[in-house]
Amino acid sequence: MEKTDKAPVIIVEHLTARFGSQTVFENVGFEVYKGEIFVILGGSGCGKSTLMKHMIGLYETESGKVVINGIDITKADETQLEKMRLGIGVAFQSGGLFGSMTLGENVALPLQEYTDLPPKLIDLIVKMKLGMVNLAGYENHLPEELSGGMKKRAGLARAMALDPTVLFFDEPSAGLDPVTSAELDLLIKSIQAGIGTTMVIVTHELQSIFNVADRVIMLDREAKGIIAEGDPRWLKENSTDPRVRNFFNRKVPE
Amino acid sequence: MNFQKTYAIHVQEERGGEVFLFLSGRIEVGNLHLFTSETDALMNQIIPRKLLVDLSDVEYLDSAGALGLLQLQSKARDRSIPFQFDHVTEEAKRMMGLIDRKALTMQPLVSEKKSNIIEQIGDGSLKIFNDAISIITFAGDLTTAVIYSFLHPRSIRWEDLLFYMKRAGMEGLPIIGLINFLLGLIIAFMSSLQLKQFGANIYVAQLVGVAMVTELGPIMTAIIVAGRSGSAFAAEIGTMKVNEEVDALVSMGFDPIRFLAIPKVLAAMLVVPVLTLYADFFGIAGGSVVGVLGLDLTLYTYVQETMKVISIMDIVKSLVKSVVFAVLIAGIGCQRGFQVRGGAEAVGSATTSAVVAAIFLIIVTDSAFAILFTYI
Repeated sequence: MEKTDKAPVIIVEHLTARFGSQTVFENVGFEVYKGEIFVILGGSGCGKSTLMKHMIGLYETESGKVVINGIDITKADETQLEKMRLGIGVAFQSGGLFGSMTLGENVALPLQEYTDLPPKLIDLIVKMKLGMVNLAGYENHLPEELSGGMKKRAGLARAMALDPTVLFFDEPSAGLDPVTSAELDLLIKSIQAGIGTTMVIVTHELQSIFNVADRVIMLDREAKGIIAEGDPRWLKENSTDPRVRNFFNRKVPE
Repeated sequence: MNFQKTYAIHVQEERGGEVFLFLSGRIEVGNLHLFTSETDALMNQIIPRKLLVDLSDVEYLDSAGALGLLQLQSKARDRSIPFQFDHVTEEAKRMMGLIDRKALTMQPLVSEKKSNIIEQIGDGSLKIFNDAISIITFAGDLTTAVIYSFLHPRSIRWEDLLFYMKRAGMEGLPIIGLINFLLGLIIAFMSSLQLKQFGANIYVAQLVGVAMVTELGPIMTAIIVAGRSGSAFAAEIGTMKVNEEVDALVSMGFDPIRFLAIPKVLAAMLVVPVLTLYADFFGIAGGSVVGVLGLDLTLYTYVQETMKVISIMDIVKSLVKSVVFAVLIAGIGCQRGFQVRGGAEAVGSATTSAVVAAIFLIIVTDSAFAILFTYI
């Protein structure tokens, strides 16, 4: 809820990722500003998820740097990394919920570990977070009893447990029906508007991109890097790059 | 996380009984506990005619902080005290708007499962009963599939069979050799301490030979294979169940038992007897080290004495046992794997249960064989 201005929350510079001898992308750089919904898009296999996992420090970087909330995670020590992780939330593609815990326990976990709140208040916050993602009343359900869309929303509730300043969301629409997917887009918009969280979303769902994105970068497998950056609506109409136009207009390259 | 008090509450009582609370600073998840206890104490101290909460100096409010404010509001309402927020910033309004008040008081759709001891006993018994049925059904399916495979050798997936023979057999050689060598050595050493007193050194060789060939060789091998391969079979099939790979097989018209269980069971049936012979050899070798170094026997005498007591029938019986153990280990491993429902935890418990059940069945079957062989 802090004032929104155009200060970069995330800075990525000259980032290169390799798996063995295979280069996923090289020399990638961009900035994400406070309070915006930033979408990383591109075709399958272009390294979108890999880029996200580098940004949250799950993969070690080959070269380049990633700064989140002023902490360079490529050089940070464990204490700084923990501080950085407290400031971010990650919602994984299939929820990443712990199967042996109920939804309530999943959402409560970060609160139990990182705050000194008594169980009663934690329960109340859990109810509030589940209510925010339209899962009120589901605290005693196990993840296996939920549909794919519900798991994603529950994963989002857990990622938001500590009100992170930056939320990463991997493929929110993948595997969902259009209605559920649109509902999730609305939810993302309302959370961003309400809490002012900066969001980094990885997706290739066109509709979802136009629904939520303030700004996008587009990765390309052949180019091994960013081929477009900006407002998706503008890019769709005005980009001169055929790869970008094909993507936004769902055309098979000639 | 910051647990410091980063907010302040300034209380101002008006003459008419109206109370103003001026809040300032940061109200967030880290100090929510402090905030709620402080406001609760305040509400107990003063009984205002009207409560006005001024938010103009609040620098930062996260969703937990907003929840704290709403809780304060509902507490005032519970006591029928008129309540009002003043100077609410746009951000605070949006944050409070995001909280669904109904969700806070909503009862869980399913209640937590708390069962009493009788229900637990009932559940446990049902589980054992269902487990028995599922094992018997699986045993039937497996037998049919094994017979079918013998009648139609082309239906066997030979590549998989070789792969599992390598996994369960060849890769187990070092550990099985080492453990049985040490076991032979220990038996020889411990028994020599007793037999020396009677000058019966020479019988150490016979003792080790009989013990290894008839009991310890087959059992130790079976237990090691259960730990190495039975668990691996359960984990592999269990993970395939979780990833819907087993469903994919069924949907393509393949019988998962023929496809997944048969290569494992046949591989175990082929390698466990060989491993047992190998274990017997290493056990006797371990004993001979004690015999030669500690009891002044020559290697020739030791081997001679061993050969005297071990008959071909003993070896045949031990091989028959080991084939049965192999079927039990691989069968139970696969059956537990196929039972997996859910996620990672289910795979873990299937693996544990595969090893525990296999070892239990090995010991029970071994007792049955002991009685059977005595009367044959």
